[in-house]
Amino acid sequence: MARVVVDVMLKPEILDPQGQAVQRALPRLGFEGISDVRQGKRFELEVEGPVDAAALARIHELAETFLANTVIEDFTVRVQDADGSERPAGDGSPHGGNTGNATSEGAVA
Amino acid sequence: MTTRIGVVTFPGSLDDSDARRAVRIAGAEPVALWHRDGDLRRQQVDAVVLPGGFSYGDYLRCGAIARFSPIMEAVVEQAKAGMPVLGICNGFQVLCETHLLPGALTRNDHLHFVCRDQRLRVENAETVWTADYAGGQEIVVPLKNGEGGYVADERTLDELEGEGRVVVRYLGGNPNGSRRDIAGITNGAGNVVGLMPHPEHAVEALTGPTTDGLGFFTSALKKLVAS
Repeated sequence: MARVVVDVMLKPEILDPQGQAVQRALPRLGFEGISDVRQGKRFELEVEGPVDAAALARIHELAETFLANTVIEDFTVRVQDADGSERPAGDGSPHGGNTGNATSEGAVA
Repeated sequence: MTTRIGVVTFPGSLDDSDARRAVRIAGAEPVALWHRDGDLRRQQVDAVVLPGGFSYGDYLRCGAIARFSPIMEAVVEQAKAGMPVLGICNGFQVLCETHLLPGALTRNDHLHFVCRDQRLRVENAETVWTADYAGGQEIVVPLKNGEGGYVADERTLDELEGEGRVVVRYLGGNPNGSRRDIAGITNGAGNVVGLMPHPEHAVEALTGPTTDGLGFFTSALKKLVAS
């Protein structure tokens, strides 16, 4: 059993009024020095069987079609191993410029 | 044969009975459709309304779970074949989640739930759902939403404007931070329309601020009878 974590965040250009409201409340509560807050969602998926390339591809697909609305949101996929260590496994950015895919493929075997 | 306009009920739909009432007042036969029943052909509906409310408690994102219901698979298929579909409020959110309409609806920029009578301008009076209006006509119908801010990237917004696919626009102040004051849009063919304001709540003098909303339903009825 392994856990796969999907983080979903509003794209940088999309206004996040909830995050702004949190940020504005901070000084009132005595927390100074936080210039910006963005609020997102974290999904923890308990995966049956091995988290191999095929399983990650399916999770990537479910994140892209369901967990995130890619019109307004980006997502990242990370594998959390039993010892709590994490490794990236790709994201939903159109650039694909992260090293996540290479890392996860390398770690699968 | 009477024209049959279906109204879908999802778990958490609120305005399905008002939508059916609007259909009846317009002169068509309302047909109650259940989200789990994907057999639209058996129901013999000529058009479908996706009503307002909070389908699936707005869990995940507004409209995100309703999109995967059996009936939506059938609605998407029929809509692509030309069947008229109107999405109101939560129904608009569902249409965006299915990608029948571009863009998305996000939390109101001021974070408050807005509930008021809203002035609108009908920008496109040629869709199946707005043909009974005059282009540029101003109407007043109720608006009530917490996540009604319409967003899309600039290229999509330019495309919508350029192709005349903005159907209704907010007047007298933008109530939710929608880009370019957009209150409702249509697909390229003009058979699918989504809007945040509620025309079904403005079909009778007794209960609505006006009867300005009735035109959405009479428009579709006339188009269907003529075809």
